[in-house]
Amino acid sequence: MSSTPEAKVAVATPAAAAGRPPLPWRPALEGVVIPVGAVLVALALFGLFCFVQGRNAFAVFAAINKAAFGSWYAFQNTLVRAAPLMLTALATALPARLGLVVIGNEGALVMGGLAATVAGLAVQTAPLLVVLGVMLAAGMIGGGLWLAIVGALYYQRGVNETIASLLLNYIAIALLNHLVNGPLRDPSSLNKPSSFPIPDEKMLPVIGSSNVHYGLFFGIAACLLAWVLMEHTTFGFKVRMIGGNIRAARLAGLPVALLGIITCFLAGAAAGAAGMVEVAAVHGRANESLAAGYGYAGILVAFVARHRGLPIILVATLLGGILASGGILQREFKLPDATILVFQGLVFLVILFSDSLYGKFGFFKEERR
Amino acid sequence: MGGWGVVVGVLSGAVRGGTPFLLVSLGECLTEKSGKINLGLEGVLLMGAMSAYACAYKTGSPWVGVVAAALAGAILGAIHALLISRPRVNDIAAGIAMLIFGSGCAFYFGKPFIQPSAPQLPGIPLGGWSDVPQIQAALKISPLFIFGVAMAFVLQWFFRGTRWGMQVRAVGDSPAAARALGISVPRTRFFAIVLGSALGGIGGAHLSLFYPGAWTEAISSGQGLMAVALVIFARWNPVHCLWASLLFGGAQAVGPSLQAVGISTGYYLWNASPYVLTLLVMLFTCSTKRTLAGAPGALGASS
Repeated sequence: MSSTPEAKVAVATPAAAAGRPPLPWRPALEGVVIPVGAVLVALALFGLFCFVQGRNAFAVFAAINKAAFGSWYAFQNTLVRAAPLMLTALATALPARLGLVVIGNEGALVMGGLAATVAGLAVQTAPLLVVLGVMLAAGMIGGGLWLAIVGALYYQRGVNETIASLLLNYIAIALLNHLVNGPLRDPSSLNKPSSFPIPDEKMLPVIGSSNVHYGLFFGIAACLLAWVLMEHTTFGFKVRMIGGNIRAARLAGLPVALLGIITCFLAGAAAGAAGMVEVAAVHGRANESLAAGYGYAGILVAFVARHRGLPIILVATLLGGILASGGILQREFKLPDATILVFQGLVFLVILFSDSLYGKFGFFKEERR
Repeated sequence: MGGWGVVVGVLSGAVRGGTPFLLVSLGECLTEKSGKINLGLEGVLLMGAMSAYACAYKTGSPWVGVVAAALAGAILGAIHALLISRPRVNDIAAGIAMLIFGSGCAFYFGKPFIQPSAPQLPGIPLGGWSDVPQIQAALKISPLFIFGVAMAFVLQWFFRGTRWGMQVRAVGDSPAAARALGISVPRTRFFAIVLGSALGGIGGAHLSLFYPGAWTEAISSGQGLMAVALVIFARWNPVHCLWASLLFGGAQAVGPSLQAVGISTGYYLWNASPYVLTLLVMLFTCSTKRTLAGAPGALGASS
């Protein structure tokens, strides 16, 4: 074709031909306005809930904000909670790009924590970096293999990935209980059966002079890596192609099963790293505290962030702040700790509802007709 | 009692522990027959348990509690149904949101009811023929179990022998064909999900008003989520849901029963046995070539 560039543009966009400039920023704006609007609506609904319960909604919001982001000390607490959320969110976000809904975050976290504990105890006399390196590797492999089972079951046998990953959560928690009550049990842990502890000097240290441990670094690094991997590599393109149309991907000759299982492994490895962080930086040992709900909250983060690596960092920090403010609501407003759960549920419901609004507003179209 | 004690323990556990499984799985079965999954039944179960306990405590009648549980379940089901009738809303994600929201509401409103004790549902004593107290205790059946068994057969008849049942199956198997027949897909799904959630709520009433018979935040051990797996195990057949629920309830009772006679090895592993069992069944019966026999055709599709 020997047409000029101008002619091509004219063919591509009638709006330009009609003399109006195309508006490429409007679709991008839609992706910001709708989630932010949804969060605002959820805040309003939660405010209404507080009002009905006889509390001053604005005072509650102010308290949450103060407890989550009000001071450097509070923000550190938020970041400590955000770190495992970033990692567990990836366990749902990565397979979501394949078109799979995997909810095995909690199980992969528990298996990662268990593997990290066993490996860390085995090499506890080695230097700090070796202990941490071995624990991280073991945690990632433990969690990764756990979710690779889900991928293998799906691609080899057609087993529903959501149900399989859900079942594996319960199996992982049962394994954890079995091991910390039996083979791994430290006889001195009476009230809360636990494994033998990782020596204090071999724990994951804090960053500089803050209270925030290096788990935050792992979380941010993992989200950035996931972002690059999924959006800017051929691997990510292949994965997104499978998610878009699995038959087309097969016809194009992609090794669908292999790519799928690798993605599930990476997803589990991220959640397994969260388990390692919880053991190596927070609990110091494996016990039932590992299954504290970071896995299920991670599913929420992944969906709210629409399964993208960079927004996960932001959403996990916000949710970390909300989780960190549970105590102050209890002390200052006599609101039960479940208030935070109600709030999370409201945010999740409104965000899901907002997904159905994409494309509904003419304003966000690139060109008007 | 010895060995027999274990058998009696497992059997009574199958009936007592199986009842919530039964009611929740029947609710899930009805929901899935219409072509959608409701993972939020765990939240429904907790909300049902809490409302049943609270209303039984306030009014003094456990039966009012059962009705309240069904209503609470229906309300949560209605939210789920309205949400997933929207375009591009994933039913599994919505289920997890409802799970968080439902359990949050249950814990929030249930806080004041953890201490007081509410009137319990009367057990139906079927063990009068035996002198052994353990057997008498084991055969004290929950009225909700009887209700569940009846519902299993009613639902079986509903799907096979009634016009409405056919409509639900048509919507679940092929929404396009159902639409062509003039059946409203969203409305059918709405009713299936709301009624299914009401059944799930009644399952919660069994937890707080019969066995274990108190409201605590740890009252459900994932029966609501397990129901989804159980329905697959039962191949979307209500009567098979009954057998599968008894099996799951019994499997959960194996660990405690063995512990009662002094065998505590593998106590926690026994707890996982229903999950392992379901996974194995899915592993051996699923195939990438075809869908499961009995699975509603539209299940998992985005329409």
